[in-house]
Amino acid sequence: MKPFDPEKSLAPADLAGLSPTERAAALATAAKSIRRSVVRMINAAQLGHIGGDLSVTDILTTLFGAVLKLDPAAPLWPERDRFILSKGHCAAALYSVLALRGFIEWDLLETFMQPLSRLNGHPNRRKVPGVEANTGPLGHGLPIAVGSAIAARLSGKNWRTFVVMGDGEMQEGSNWEAIMAAGHRKLDNLVAIVDRNRLQQGARTEDTNTLDPLTDKFAAFGWDTLEIDGHDHAALYELFTRAPSGKPLGVVANTTKGKGVSFIENRVEWHHKVPNAEQVALALKELA
Amino acid sequence: MNAVVPKPQTFDCRQAFAEALIALARQDDRVVAVCNDSVGSSNLTAFQKEFPDRLINVGIAEQDMVGVGAGLANGGFIPFVCSASPFLTGRSLEQVKADCAYNGYHVVLCGMSPGLAYGELGPTHHSIEDLSWLRAISDLAVIVPADPEQTAEAVRWAYGYDKPSFLRISRFKVPDVSAGQSSPFSFGKANVVRQGRDVTLITTGILVTRALDAADDLAALGISARVINMSSIVPIDEAAIIAAARETGAIVTVEEAMVEGGLGAAVAQTVVRHHPVKMRMLGVPGFAPTGSTEFLLDHFGLSRAGIVAAVKDLKG
Repeated sequence: MKPFDPEKSLAPADLAGLSPTERAAALATAAKSIRRSVVRMINAAQLGHIGGDLSVTDILTTLFGAVLKLDPAAPLWPERDRFILSKGHCAAALYSVLALRGFIEWDLLETFMQPLSRLNGHPNRRKVPGVEANTGPLGHGLPIAVGSAIAARLSGKNWRTFVVMGDGEMQEGSNWEAIMAAGHRKLDNLVAIVDRNRLQQGARTEDTNTLDPLTDKFAAFGWDTLEIDGHDHAALYELFTRAPSGKPLGVVANTTKGKGVSFIENRVEWHHKVPNAEQVALALKELA
Repeated sequence: MNAVVPKPQTFDCRQAFAEALIALARQDDRVVAVCNDSVGSSNLTAFQKEFPDRLINVGIAEQDMVGVGAGLANGGFIPFVCSASPFLTGRSLEQVKADCAYNGYHVVLCGMSPGLAYGELGPTHHSIEDLSWLRAISDLAVIVPADPEQTAEAVRWAYGYDKPSFLRISRFKVPDVSAGQSSPFSFGKANVVRQGRDVTLITTGILVTRALDAADDLAALGISARVINMSSIVPIDEAAIIAAARETGAIVTVEEAMVEGGLGAAVAQTVVRHHPVKMRMLGVPGFAPTGSTEFLLDHFGLSRAGIVAAVKDLKG
């Protein structure tokens, strides 16, 4: 049996003309296949960050499947939207949506973290088309995204920049430097999404360093901000396609770490635990 | 009565840096400057006046500054990220590594007032670790111009390089040491600024002029000293080092940086592999006491007399 059945591709053009309900249904189907892909990749590699991959999947699927203006045939098209996964440890989910959008072959996912694979445990733009920034150390994605948003404004272009951060990552000071700069510059071509699954590697975020109220913090730095269900494709789509407001947009996407697999959901020990064969079978069954 | 020897005219390399950057910005809209509340100390006032939109001051936030530089490169610009070197390299070292070097973004990191340039302000403001730290980062060119002409040439080179680089731009005034050189700066190439047979002084940045002075004194003692201006620290000109080892049999390195990991270490790495000879490594030995730049350079033997003494010790 091939470990990776080729999944369908999905791009915004495929969703043109669909009703919001139909669009959300298509994204939900795609998100399931991304989750299955994540489980298979981590099973094959016997390494990975399954909890965060599964919490961020719906955000990534909505962005890559329905929102981002990209050209897989010309990955460095100058006017493309920029997407930066600041929580680079969730590379399995990112690689899976890059395959969904046609940047890489599905078969390549089988090589995840194998010796000399292009698919390192954290993404590398010099090896994987569609990756904008080599992230991994936390607190790096947002400053780069701010630079990209300033670049769009300086060059008079209308590409948008999206960045996804983990919530634990909001403990990094560099993020707040960037939030301050983006608010000051009123970068309304920038959308920062916090994958708010409330768990970090070692504990609950609120038991480590209180992050709440995150939206108030964004607002205090001059951002538009709101909380949303980070697994609600229709709501995510509506928010990501909203007209610019004159301020950067900070989205606190409430998610469940390990979403979709009952025994992984909301358990701190599944940050980077690897499921055994029996658990893989059960996970794939739940995600069928 | 002794004849009065006129002191040579000396220059602050930041002025040449600023002029070269403005000239590039006039011909290419993609050239931008990024700084951390350091418009004045990075000599960017004239740049800001002429290109207000293209001077991006992120505030006192060095990590953000370097990340923003990488993002601007992602967006098609050529950012010159300017900050006092201790903060650019120390505070944002991970951004230099990950956001610039590992990404391979064309960001020009400009470490202003490096080494002991902030004299009396003390070790927090000295940037004596930068060469060691940055040499250890893959895919990053490390350039230390010695005078205004080299500085301007290095700025133009970095603009065209298309990969990340670090330029160490001093404020300590130095004379022109590039006069008569066919190419003031050539990437990866050493400049032999004085020929010699008995020993080679390999130095960089503001200390080139002191090594040349020391070579005069050594000549009076009957020691013929070759002087190499090693402005390209990474990549380093191995051929020039090997030739110096073979032809002069002794090497003294002189740098305004920690001897651990800087120019001396780079030269020694080449020497031990290809042609082992005796060496002395002059540099900054540790956190400095209070004093001006001039005082501290002399205090640590990074002086005409200190270099002469090291050569005598080596040859003796």
